[in-house]
Amino acid sequence: MSTETIFEAVVIGSSAGGVRALSMVLSTLPANFRVPIIIVQHLHPHSGAGLVDVLNHKTPLIVNQAEEKTLLEAGHVYLAPPNYHLLLELDGSFALSIMPKVHYARPSIDVLFETASEFYDKTLIGIILTGANHDGAQGLAQVKQAGGYSIVQDPNTAEAESMPSAAIKACEVDAVLPLTDIGPYLLQLVNNNYRKGQR
Amino acid sequence: MQEDIKTQQIELKLLLQAIYLQYGYDFRDYALASIKRRITYRLQKDNYPNISAMQHRLLYDVSFFETLLLDLSVNVTEMFRDPEFYKALREKVIPKLAQHSHLKIWHAGCSSGEEVYSMAILLKEAGLYERTQIYATDMNEVILQQAKEGIFPIKRLKQYTENYQKSGGQESFSNYYHAHYEHAVMDNALKKNILFSDHNLATDGVFGEMNLVICRNVLIYFNRELQNRAIRLFNDSLSEQGILCLGSKESIRFSEYSSAYQDLAADEKIYIKNEH
Repeated sequence: MSTETIFEAVVIGSSAGGVRALSMVLSTLPANFRVPIIIVQHLHPHSGAGLVDVLNHKTPLIVNQAEEKTLLEAGHVYLAPPNYHLLLELDGSFALSIMPKVHYARPSIDVLFETASEFYDKTLIGIILTGANHDGAQGLAQVKQAGGYSIVQDPNTAEAESMPSAAIKACEVDAVLPLTDIGPYLLQLVNNNYRKGQR
Repeated sequence: MQEDIKTQQIELKLLLQAIYLQYGYDFRDYALASIKRRITYRLQKDNYPNISAMQHRLLYDVSFFETLLLDLSVNVTEMFRDPEFYKALREKVIPKLAQHSHLKIWHAGCSSGEEVYSMAILLKEAGLYERTQIYATDMNEVILQQAKEGIFPIKRLKQYTENYQKSGGQESFSNYYHAHYEHAVMDNALKKNILFSDHNLATDGVFGEMNLVICRNVLIYFNRELQNRAIRLFNDSLSEQGILCLGSKESIRFSEYSSAYQDLAADEKIYIKNEH
């Protein structure tokens, strides 16, 4: 067990089936959750801010679309806006970009995870949920490589299993969990600052 | 922070300094996260061990710089990109423009021109095109040349036609181009009042007395200082009651000019300059 690392942020990537999975995870977290959460959910490029409303109804945390140049705050959940990549700038503020799609996706999970990992390195927790592509696998591997913590939804409990499966193949994941356990586990991890199963 | 990441950030800043000193293109006040991804892309593609090694090549090889310049400019665009924005142009901006007998429009950061031709189509349909001069600018001359030619891959026209219709377009979109093998060539009648020219928001000056300035999805790549510089340029270029259009995730509200503008279409980031 290690107590030296204080987790400072959580990044979550999800795609097909992700709205339900995100609702489930966020609904189990309290308003005083200690660190910010940043989410890339693949959406249609012209979808509006509907997901913000959906998730705000599921969680006491404050859900918003990420705005460029803003700094992250605890108790907040930030969503990548549709049709923009979401990046963390070198000073930890948000940046947006319409660079070409990565793995057919914009926003791309890899882009968020890789840039967040550069800023937060070992204090970042990366989570890959349900999805029908391979986005996020490379990003999670980088989170892991930088010393961060990795969680993947058990593909058997995912509406679409290929994204979590790809993530599991890409790196040695710290915890593979059924969907219902991810929120409580994350809470324990952040509150106790405790790396269960650390090798 | 890991040591190698810190070193990379130093190398990146040195590279941008080298580009500026050798070629005059100033990326030093760009938001670095996007720049870094694009540099890393070139690094991996051409197999350089690190940014410093690439910098050496860059200083001595102008054609390599030109390749990198294309990597660094984000040229992702569509005709009628964000149809809701064009709908707002039709409904809220065109009626204001129609009050003037001569119109000057500056499209800054026009990239390969898709959105300039979209504007030309709107003006044509409103009967305003003949009295309008459009200045379309970009910092990248290669991409500007593409814009001038107005030749786009035909396979993208299905999407453009859909966007056009969603923006409230009533005509047959195929009236505006002719198909030539794999390409769509924009109608010359749309081109004649567009002047394409080279302009860099980081280093160049104002355009006079514009009725409308459009600059979408450019400011997101700038740091706050450079954003402020660009907004100052736009403000100094706009006439009274001039209209400013930014990208849907950009805003004038952080800048010192915020109070000089009212929202014309808040969601679409369309602003109108106050009368004095």
